[in-house]
Amino acid sequence: MVKEKTKEKFYFNIFRICMLFTIFILGFILLYVIINGYKVINFRFLTTMWNHQDITQGGIFPAIFGSILLGIGISIISIPIGICTAIYISEYAKENYFTNMVKISIRNLAGVPSVVYGLFGLAFFVFLLNLGTSLIAASLTLGCMTLPWIITSSEESIKSVPNSFREASIALGATKWQTIKKVVVPSSLGGMLTGSILGISRAVGETAPIIMVGATFYISYLPTSPTDKFMALPYHLFILATQHSSPDAKAYALGTALVLISLTFIMNLGIFIIRYKLRKKKEW
Amino acid sequence: MVKIIIKNLKFWYGKKQVLDDINLLIENKKITALIGPSGCGKSTLLRCMNRMNDLISSSKIEGNLIYNNKDIHKDYEDVSILRKQIGMVFQKPNPFPMSIFENVSYGLRAAGIKDKEILKKIVEESLKRADLWDEVKDRLDSSAFSLSGGQQQRLCITRALAINPDVILLDEPCSALDPIATAKIEKLLIKLKDEMTIIIVTHNMHQARRISDKTIYMLDGKVIEYSETKSLFVKPKNKLTKDYINGEFG
Ligand SMILES: Nc1ncnc2c1ncn2[C@@H]1O[C@H](COP(=O)(O)OP(=O)(O)OP(=O)(O)O)[C@@H](O)[C@H]1O
Ligand SMILES: [Mg+2]
Repeated sequence: MVKEKTKEKFYFNIFRICMLFTIFILGFILLYVIINGYKVINFRFLTTMWNHQDITQGGIFPAIFGSILLGIGISIISIPIGICTAIYISEYAKENYFTNMVKISIRNLAGVPSVVYGLFGLAFFVFLLNLGTSLIAASLTLGCMTLPWIITSSEESIKSVPNSFREASIALGATKWQTIKKVVVPSSLGGMLTGSILGISRAVGETAPIIMVGATFYISYLPTSPTDKFMALPYHLFILATQHSSPDAKAYALGTALVLISLTFIMNLGIFIIRYKLRKKKEW
Repeated sequence: MVKIIIKNLKFWYGKKQVLDDINLLIENKKITALIGPSGCGKSTLLRCMNRMNDLISSSKIEGNLIYNNKDIHKDYEDVSILRKQIGMVFQKPNPFPMSIFENVSYGLRAAGIKDKEILKKIVEESLKRADLWDEVKDRLDSSAFSLSGGQQQRLCITRALAINPDVILLDEPCSALDPIATAKIEKLLIKLKDEMTIIIVTHNMHQARRISDKTIYMLDGKVIEYSETKSLFVKPKNKLTKDYINGEFG
């Protein structure tokens, strides 16, 4: 008995140490960024154009704006296609060799490094489709990267809808499409959107692929057309941290990081709200 | 009068034969009970009648099921028409994650009825038919999950009634319920018998005896005995039936 108790305590403490370690790392990163970055954050920093001569005289508005546009572009491209693909795969596609191959390929695509997507985007969207290095090329590239993430998480969400709902609907004379539209999608929408937003917030934080297909460190105007180049927070942060000669660059990099983290945080808040709103319905 | 004719019905899941040469005449406006040990094929037989087995891609069926002079598998191009006439209630109460009103009106909405007034009227009628109206009339817009298990199951019956079926199939509808909730459902079924044909799978011999007019005893995918409920339980013709009933009762 006593021995069992000590054993239990021992394992319990191992788990606890692991958890504390995680919290420590997360806390450290967050604190480091906040403490070193908050000083540069002010109204001008957030709302004015970038000043290339004297970085203390300008702001990162174009980068914020560019990243938001990019996020919207990725969403438009990947959320509808991703969710529809997931619905097709899990509700319509017959269980056979071909379907399984497709499923496995999608899972593998989800693990392909982002820089490879960048390379693909450069070859396909920028050159072959002749979109040039542009916002649209970057949105398409990152959209492709996000698709497998959205598909896999949506598939999981659809799978968690109990089969008894589908049977009940079919038995009432509803067609398969009606069943999907009225029962399956409403029941799994929360999970699908959660997965989608999570994927998009990860994609918006990517640096490597957008350097190749459209982001630029400095432009003097805001993008007005999908074929314009754009500034983006992660790339801006990367340049400030590694290549910029100004003595203030480091503080500005951290300020930019703080803005990027906040943007991600806002998206996660969105997920939280969606979950909360849809939870009342989801009680099986 | 005969409602459903089952002729030489055989059924396979993949290579495994589950129903073997079933021949039955299901009578109109009666309650027919389907009993037999677990795994003998009761649910499978029931699900052949509204073609729920269509959903299982590896299944194979032979023989005929005739309903209203039409072959269930061959003469219904649009299977949803069949399923509107032959309703089904499942073992575990499975209301949709929607309001009570939306649950009851689901089948009507799937059939393309959009008029709010008509929906309201039929929902009320159906809930009254199922003796559930007084319990839920003040909270039609609350979630169906706020109901008790027994109420949920009666809601599922109501949902099936709303599209005014001609036959209703019930697969162990009371197995998750307490005796009081069970009694309510039994009472309801006896009342509904005047208007429709009812086929109920049950593991509860007492239930079969209490409510059914005819009883089918199945074993290993075959019908062993099919007769008036009274005579089947009092003096079964087949020794296998006798063993099963005696095992259950004494
Ligand atoms: N979807 C399926 N795929 C393959 N085999 C199945 C499937 N459903 C049922 N079976 C098999 O078919 C046989 C008959 O099943 P069925 O569900 O009809 O039995 P049952 O009489 O309803 O049993 P219970 O009283 O336990 O509900 C069983 O051996 C079962 O394992
Ligand atoms: Mg069964």
